[in-house]
Amino acid sequence: MAVEYSWPTKEESKVIGTSPDRLDGTAKATGAAKYTYDTNPPKLLIARGLGCPHGHCRILDIDTTAAEKVPGVVHVHVLQKPRVGDDGKPIQPEIEWEGELLAVVSAETEAAAAEGVAKIKLDFEPLDVFVDDEDLAGAEKAGRTSKGGGKVQLENEPGEDDDEDEFAEKEINRLLGDAKHVVEGYYGIRPITHCCLEPHGSVCSWEGDKLSAHLSTQNVSGTDEQFANALKIAAGDVHVECQYIGGGFGSKFAPDYWAIAAAEISKATGRPVKLMLTRDQELKLGGNRPSGYLKVRLGADADGMVTVWDSQHWGTGGGRGGVVGHGVIPYIFRPKNYRRVATAIKTNCAPARAWRAPDHPQACAISQTAYDDLAAKMGVDSYDIFLKNLANIDSNQKAEVYAAEMAIAARLMDWKAKWHPHGKGKAQGSVVEGLGMAIHTWQGVANNSNCMLRIHPDGSIESFCGTQDLGTGTRTICAMVLAETFGVSIDSVKINIGSSKYPESGASGGSTTVGAVSESHRRAGQDALAKLAEVVAAKLEVDAASIVAKDGRVGSKDDTAKSLSWKEACSLLGHKALEVTASYKRGAQGSPLSNAGVGGVQMAHVAVDRETGVVRMKKFVAVQDMGLIINPKLAESQILGAMIMGIAYALFEERITDSKTGQFVNAELSDYKLPRLGDIGELVVELYEPESERSRGVIGLGEPPVISPGAAISNAVCNALGVRVPVLPLTPKRVVEALAAKT
Amino acid sequence: MKRLTGDASSGRAASGFSRREFLRGSGAAAAATALAGASQVAAAEGDERGDGVVRGKVTIVLDVNGAKHEVQAQPRTTLLDVLRNQLNLTGAKPVSADPSSGAATVLIDDKPACAASTLVLQAVGKKIRTVESLGGAKLDAVPAAFTSADAEQCGFCTPGFVVAVRAFLNEHPKATDEQVRSGLNGNICRCGTYANIIRAISIVRGG
Ligand code: FES
Repeated sequence: MAVEYSWPTKEESKVIGTSPDRLDGTAKATGAAKYTYDTNPPKLLIARGLGCPHGHCRILDIDTTAAEKVPGVVHVHVLQKPRVGDDGKPIQPEIEWEGELLAVVSAETEAAAAEGVAKIKLDFEPLDVFVDDEDLAGAEKAGRTSKGGGKVQLENEPGEDDDEDEFAEKEINRLLGDAKHVVEGYYGIRPITHCCLEPHGSVCSWEGDKLSAHLSTQNVSGTDEQFANALKIAAGDVHVECQYIGGGFGSKFAPDYWAIAAAEISKATGRPVKLMLTRDQELKLGGNRPSGYLKVRLGADADGMVTVWDSQHWGTGGGRGGVVGHGVIPYIFRPKNYRRVATAIKTNCAPARAWRAPDHPQACAISQTAYDDLAAKMGVDSYDIFLKNLANIDSNQKAEVYAAEMAIAARLMDWKAKWHPHGKGKAQGSVVEGLGMAIHTWQGVANNSNCMLRIHPDGSIESFCGTQDLGTGTRTICAMVLAETFGVSIDSVKINIGSSKYPESGASGGSTTVGAVSESHRRAGQDALAKLAEVVAAKLEVDAASIVAKDGRVGSKDDTAKSLSWKEACSLLGHKALEVTASYKRGAQGSPLSNAGVGGVQMAHVAVDRETGVVRMKKFVAVQDMGLIINPKLAESQILGAMIMGIAYALFEERITDSKTGQFVNAELSDYKLPRLGDIGELVVELYEPESERSRGVIGLGEPPVISPGAAISNAVCNALGVRVPVLPLTPKRVVEALAAKT
Repeated sequence: MKRLTGDASSGRAASGFSRREFLRGSGAAAAATALAGASQVAAAEGDERGDGVVRGKVTIVLDVNGAKHEVQAQPRTTLLDVLRNQLNLTGAKPVSADPSSGAATVLIDDKPACAASTLVLQAVGKKIRTVESLGGAKLDAVPAAFTSADAEQCGFCTPGFVVAVRAFLNEHPKATDEQVRSGLNGNICRCGTYANIIRAISIVRGG
């Protein structure tokens, strides 16, 4: 009998929709949780990399003689070796960003490895450096730009004989000429890093031809093959393990060449090798988010409905170029007429990596600010401009959901009572306050996932799944889904994740994990229950289809007298465990368990000191939908975390790069500014889960709430000052400069 | 970790003091009494080869979580290195070489200190407590509240925060929210658990 997969209704649910503590909470809070960095097998060698000190150079010589002599140093591995080619000409590696690892020293202690690194003599020839990604003209002059694509969409079509570009130019100018209100704006957002607190790295060891890798990764099931390909061995001979990971945010999908090096050094020395990036290497190499800068002319009718958008934007994804995709510009809002053009810039900085909701936070910050400037120009409430323009959106969520969420957010913020026209608030000394908002969307589709489930005759339940817990509470989600399915408590379920030996599950990226594991665990659970139901039904002499499992009992839903305790039911299995493997394929159409497409609204209330330029968060409200919510407490934590990460890039953090040498000058936590506990103000989260959303199934949540903060906070600062501070983060210096420019 | 270790080659010239003088000066009194024997101090100094790097290894006794441990140390060895790599107490995390992240926070004689920037010889003769001492069978109220308030995501900052909060509440058991917001800014959480940490503290205060 085919099992019909479904979730219980809200009323029927005993576990789903409740907020048990995360299962590994105590392990994390008492230091018992072991991360990759904490893995200390016997005979461990500790490895350190030497980073390239220049943004662009040719390596002439790497002399490791002195390093090898340092007591405690066991092995030196050169990654970028200058050599002589077959034609007798020297081959000198060209390094295109600072920090790139050139050599690795392995030693008995951390200190000896570090001393070995310091003793390597490096000879290099500096080459031209370009890092100023905000300077489009300079980038063009330096030959660092490439086309990033674009699109023109107009209500009127060109005539047969018209040149399309000329027509577009004329038509856009006509529309702007006809517009009642025109905004010409410039907006930007600087590059930031992922800054995982646990740096990238691994502990690698071999047993014969089999590699065991503890890897700090958000992709347990996919990295075994990546190791295997790089090392030319079979994927079955690689075991990747990651029980705990200290942050990923989109930057830890691969072993990276340094984990491959750790495996090679381990092979060469016959000892386990731990190679973690140092803090500055983590900031330089471990991932960064592309910048974005946008110039726009926007036209609107008398009511504030945007009728035309004409923008060009640029930015950098670092050493391999890249730019925020034009497809998300303007963000969510999609006027009937628009032209958008993107230009990518290649700089001498490490290549960007996927950063939580790739492109969306930047797109939101550089375009929903223009919509707010329209409100400022018209002297009307930004809320009304956002609401009106919901008529023209391109989003994964519906306009009416945004409208409902806006109403809730406004109530929580007390928006109407607090709002004042831009720059017209009452000052308290030099401090002015303001409100701003933004809206966002994301997919959150469920990733591939397989789950193997065993129900033992003694009633114990264990599951195996090659997923990982990025910090979202994956173990807890898995346990809740199974506990709900079997009508047992969550601590009676043993969840096994974090190993590539377990059935494959997709990488945790793009808010795909909660959907993935809910799919695979619910399916496995329902499949297993159907099998158990047959045995139980035979024993109780009832129809198997009538069997339900709840409140620790398995029995007929029609006759409550006919039931067994969970343990008794499982004892009917005989001597062998019941084993079931269920599988979910990403994109499966019409799954009743998961879905994709969410929306969300955020509103910020800030206080800005006009004299010092310091921006303080007063209150920050997030309203977020995510389909069916498994654990509201964990969901709320995700949103709070995203809001704080948003405060970070809106007000504090940015990568600062020296234009002469390409050096990332603030690559230590003492200089790379991040918000602290006292910087967040009051945070308010509302989970929006009406039945119309809940019935859609589970949808991922990791990315969406990190998208709106930049625009919402920038808009709030603009509302306070009456002046746009164009580029994020809104540091005191930028605030003061923007004020000075206007007076 | 460049600040602590990057000076190894430039040593004396760059930092302007020799490690020998350092041992004799600030750290010597405490260190010498605690060292297993005076001869080992001499041995440590005797190993200096004039290139600014001391390699002498000595055996010292550390008081960690109420138990005495014999560990190996060089003058340059940090407390964090010993805790993590010799005693396998990996709760304190190596996030920054200086105290800017707070992830390596431990208690030394009941005061919060950064194990990453404390040389282990400075910790000799003092009572060191790590986050592990707050766990186990008698779970401390602070980690318990961190769990119930969900003040942890990836958890990498959490042990450092737990110790910092424990120390803060020992000093200010009745701290107001305002004091909490101004008194706990030594730790960084990248995942953004601050709001729930504030909640966790209010749970401890209330209980
Ligand atoms: S929980 Fe991840 S850094 Fe704090």
